[in-house]
Amino acid sequence: MLLKVEDINVYYGAIHAIKGVSFEVEEGEIVTLIGANGAGKSTTLKTVSGLLRSKTGSITFEDKDISAVQPHKLVAHGLAHVPEGRRVFLQMTVEENLEMGAYVKNTGVEEGLAKVYELFPRLRERRRQIAGTLSGGEQQMLAMGRALMSEPKLMMLDEPSMGLAPILVDQIFEIIQSLHKAGTTILLVEQNAQMALSVADRGYVLETGKVVKSAAAQALLKDEAVKAAYLGG
Amino acid sequence: MVFFSYLISGISLGSVYAIIALGYTMVYGIAKMLNFAHGDVIMVGGYISFCAISYLSLPPAVAVLLAMVVCTVLGVLIEGLAYRPLRQAGSLAVLITAIGVSYFLQNAAQLIWGVTPKIYTSVVSFRLPNSLTRLGLSSEALVTVLSCVVIMVALTTFVNKTKMGKAMRACSEDKGAAQLMGINVNATISMTFAIGSALAAIAGVLLCSAYTTLLPTTGSMPGIKAFTAAVFGGIGSIPGAFVGGLLLGIIESMAKAYISTDLANAIVFAVLIVVLLVKPTGLLGKYVPEKV
Ligand SMILES: Nc1ncnc2c1ncn2[C@@H]1O[C@H](COP(=O)(O)OP(=O)(O)O)[C@@H](O)[C@H]1O
Ligand SMILES: [Mg+2]
Repeated sequence: MLLKVEDINVYYGAIHAIKGVSFEVEEGEIVTLIGANGAGKSTTLKTVSGLLRSKTGSITFEDKDISAVQPHKLVAHGLAHVPEGRRVFLQMTVEENLEMGAYVKNTGVEEGLAKVYELFPRLRERRRQIAGTLSGGEQQMLAMGRALMSEPKLMMLDEPSMGLAPILVDQIFEIIQSLHKAGTTILLVEQNAQMALSVADRGYVLETGKVVKSAAAQALLKDEAVKAAYLGG
Repeated sequence: MVFFSYLISGISLGSVYAIIALGYTMVYGIAKMLNFAHGDVIMVGGYISFCAISYLSLPPAVAVLLAMVVCTVLGVLIEGLAYRPLRQAGSLAVLITAIGVSYFLQNAAQLIWGVTPKIYTSVVSFRLPNSLTRLGLSSEALVTVLSCVVIMVALTTFVNKTKMGKAMRACSEDKGAAQLMGINVNATISMTFAIGSALAAIAGVLLCSAYTTLLPTTGSMPGIKAFTAAVFGGIGSIPGAFVGGLLLGIIESMAKAYISTDLANAIVFAVLIVVLLVKPTGLLGKYVPEKV
């Protein structure tokens, strides 16, 4: 098992945001967490990457307990997190952003850049441009490229399609699939359940901080309750 | 020629402000806090170099280096002991703590070195030819301006070209995202305090060399002026600290020369207010574009 999250409980002060969530991601899979706004998807990812702490349970990555590891040390373990809202460094150039993605690496930065530019030719054209001047879709590409620079084993994507035009959403999902084919395991958080389930192997449905359903993605696509709640009927 | 000599003294004073302003601006850029004790680190730098030269008879270059080392350690300690525990606290709590640290340093200096002013011997030992000094150019002014330029170039290169410098910029924009890149945010903040405090030591030496009296409160007024310079130039911006510092020094010097010595400070602050009314982010403050 690449990632195993067991019984985590996360609080924001008095707010109990995550209530005993467990899930796992096998190497080579695309796993998706779907759920409405406020269900706790982002909180779950932030807890895995150490930005938030769980009061209970455990998080193991490649059989190592990482629940107490400081967030900046997790990249070196092979974990990358593309946060909600992209969070690229707006005042830095595209290439500087990518260099930051390779911050923990001492070698292979040039090769990493070449790979990312091959995947996102748009970023190569704009390498000297300040990230704040990119469009939303380009910023999403940059955020993903930046995460790839650390050559992660597991890439966690938080709502990569948020706020993008439909054509760009398709493009982003194609890239997710090609990353997966190239060997990256993916944990995908989405409100766009239709798209997420169509590329994923398995899915978990999150409702107000709890996992209410988990099944193969194809099965969830056909599930009446999921259809009604998340797939527009 | 009188105008020229006022201009030189303004540029030289402004260069000291600029060096101090860098400390304010870098710390503000990264820790988003106003380190009120920064001015007092200047004073500590002054006393350390004074002791090294007058009591230990060390050569000036060694004295400067010693002052830099002590101030660097002091800056990192202040951050770690006083500010780090308040990382999640409100900005008012941090500001009050910073004022407390400032008083603590002044009182500690009073205990150690007393309240009688020390007469500082300039670290600059060479003398310029008479043709230059007649224009109002002193060797101290020359060293001060050159130091400021060298520091500016070095720091700009560091921040824009090195991996560590880029990590500092990343932290100043978004600490959460920086952590996700593997950047140790606490270590980066410590390093920022270290750099700012080492610069404060240099500023202390230059200031005392030019004005020769040293008191526990020596750092306060230059500290406040340099903070003003940082805001004037655009807080968070390194070139802004440079431009703000120089302009502030020149305005102050001209105001003293042509308007009134007593009103000089008031004029400096009036100019600041006007600039902020016209451009709230300061002269070179950045407009950050936001995209959804
Ligand atoms: N910083 C915060 N402080 C307090 N409550 C928060 C904070 N962030 C999220 N929450 C709450 O936690 C719950 C889960 O939020 P989140 O994980 O962002 O949901 P999702 O990503 O699924 O939209 C929501 O009820 C939200 O209001
Ligand atoms: Mg979210």
